[in-house]
Amino acid sequence: MLLTSLKEGIKLILSGNTELYLIIGRSLFVSSMAVLIAGIIGIPLAFAAGLNNFPGKSWFIKILYVCMGLPPVLVGLVVFILLSRSGPIGKHVYLLFTPAAMIIAQVILALPIITGLIITAVEEKAEPIILTCRGLGANQRQLTWTLLGELKLSIVTGIVAAFGRVIAEVGAVTLVGGDIEGYTRVLTTAIVLESRKGNFELALALGLILLTISFIINTALYHWQYRR
Amino acid sequence: MLKRTKLNGKILSLFLLVVLGMNLTVAGLSQERKELVLATTTSTRDSGLLDHLLPVFEAKTGYKVKVLAVGTGQAIKIGEMGDCDVILVHSRAAEDKFVADGYGVNRRDVMYNDYILVGPGNDPARIKGLSVKEALRALARGKGVFISRGDDSGTHKKELELWASVGIKPEGQWYKAIGKGMGDTLIMANELGAYTLTDRGTYASMKTRLDLEPLVFGDEALFNPYGVIAVNPERHPAVNYEGAMAFIEFITSAEAKEIINGYVVNGEQLFIAE
Repeated sequence: MLLTSLKEGIKLILSGNTELYLIIGRSLFVSSMAVLIAGIIGIPLAFAAGLNNFPGKSWFIKILYVCMGLPPVLVGLVVFILLSRSGPIGKHVYLLFTPAAMIIAQVILALPIITGLIITAVEEKAEPIILTCRGLGANQRQLTWTLLGELKLSIVTGIVAAFGRVIAEVGAVTLVGGDIEGYTRVLTTAIVLESRKGNFELALALGLILLTISFIINTALYHWQYRR
Repeated sequence: MLKRTKLNGKILSLFLLVVLGMNLTVAGLSQERKELVLATTTSTRDSGLLDHLLPVFEAKTGYKVKVLAVGTGQAIKIGEMGDCDVILVHSRAAEDKFVADGYGVNRRDVMYNDYILVGPGNDPARIKGLSVKEALRALARGKGVFISRGDDSGTHKKELELWASVGIKPEGQWYKAIGKGMGDTLIMANELGAYTLTDRGTYASMKTRLDLEPLVFGDEALFNPYGVIAVNPERHPAVNYEGAMAFIEFITSAEAKEIINGYVVNGEQLFIAE
């Protein structure tokens, strides 16, 4: 069955099935947007929290680590309730069952991973770098770029880990996206749907496509990370 | 210097991407109004019937229907919270409560199909051809395994009703509640050589892949009626009540009845219009 699905997967990709391309595009769009937003918030947050001491910092980090393992279904449910017409946000802006809702849920899943992984590296490595830069008379801007450059590995690791988590996640996107055909259906929800219908070959083929995408993205980031 | 410009360019393109993404997302949201959100059960969608009904409705009225296929329990909950415009479900008691509590209005009968008890061909519990009540009593003796949806769906509620009707509390080694949809449940029953209660539609659409056989059916107690209900606009003013009523009118029309009665999968008519 695995071999047939491999064949079917390749056939599917080459078949020019527009809905499939749209599903793949939607998966990529939702998850990269989520990681991008989580990165824009999480990277500065990790640096700010990692470089400064503040009361409750150890609690902040402990909670952050717990949140790295948040169950997607739970996040989905909370976001659902918040975005529902009966919820506090849904009353004003209605985003439930849209790609935006899926992005919000995935940001919540990705943010602690990016922040948590980078904060660890900042705490461990940033201080000697700052001392050296200051000693060499670097200005604030040069210092920032040097720090980002030196910690690139951890930043990329954080992004890769977060992306891997959200693109493979199904619980939250099913709840808040609703798996609406042509609108919020992504690779993982399509896999669930096809498995439920008993179309195991097709479901496996979709799974292989998902893995291939992850592989391509990870390879790209890996090469970028070691490029100098 | 060159390097910095390159980096700035990267950051700029990143931001452009964000802005573009936001626009796309927002564009996705703002085409509203002409959209109709239908919360229905997995059995309705997975049977393929909606793929035949909805394009006709959409062409007629210009609405774009977004289908949320969930369990009956979740569909009703989504309706209560005002997050869909109309529901199409099959659990009469829950539907009546939904209307009585003021969440739904204008309930109409749409169609029915029937439940069947399926199981392995060797039938270890010897239920083939029995009445439903006799069959359940036989299953409770534990000579086979029975898989329950256990997900608060219409089918699950029906199953619990049936057990209650013979005064048996289903529990023990032979009874497994798995918390899954109909397709998953059939697949699991197939793998374990177990019995389960299924709607005819899902079974017919999957039967070529299953070794399970229909063992008990045709009993009046296995009747499975579907109802359509609009979400009460007085409770949730933001819902698309007009669209919901257009949908209710359509799905109970002669044209829709013809489509429903003419829908055949693997040689079996799945639904009978009311």
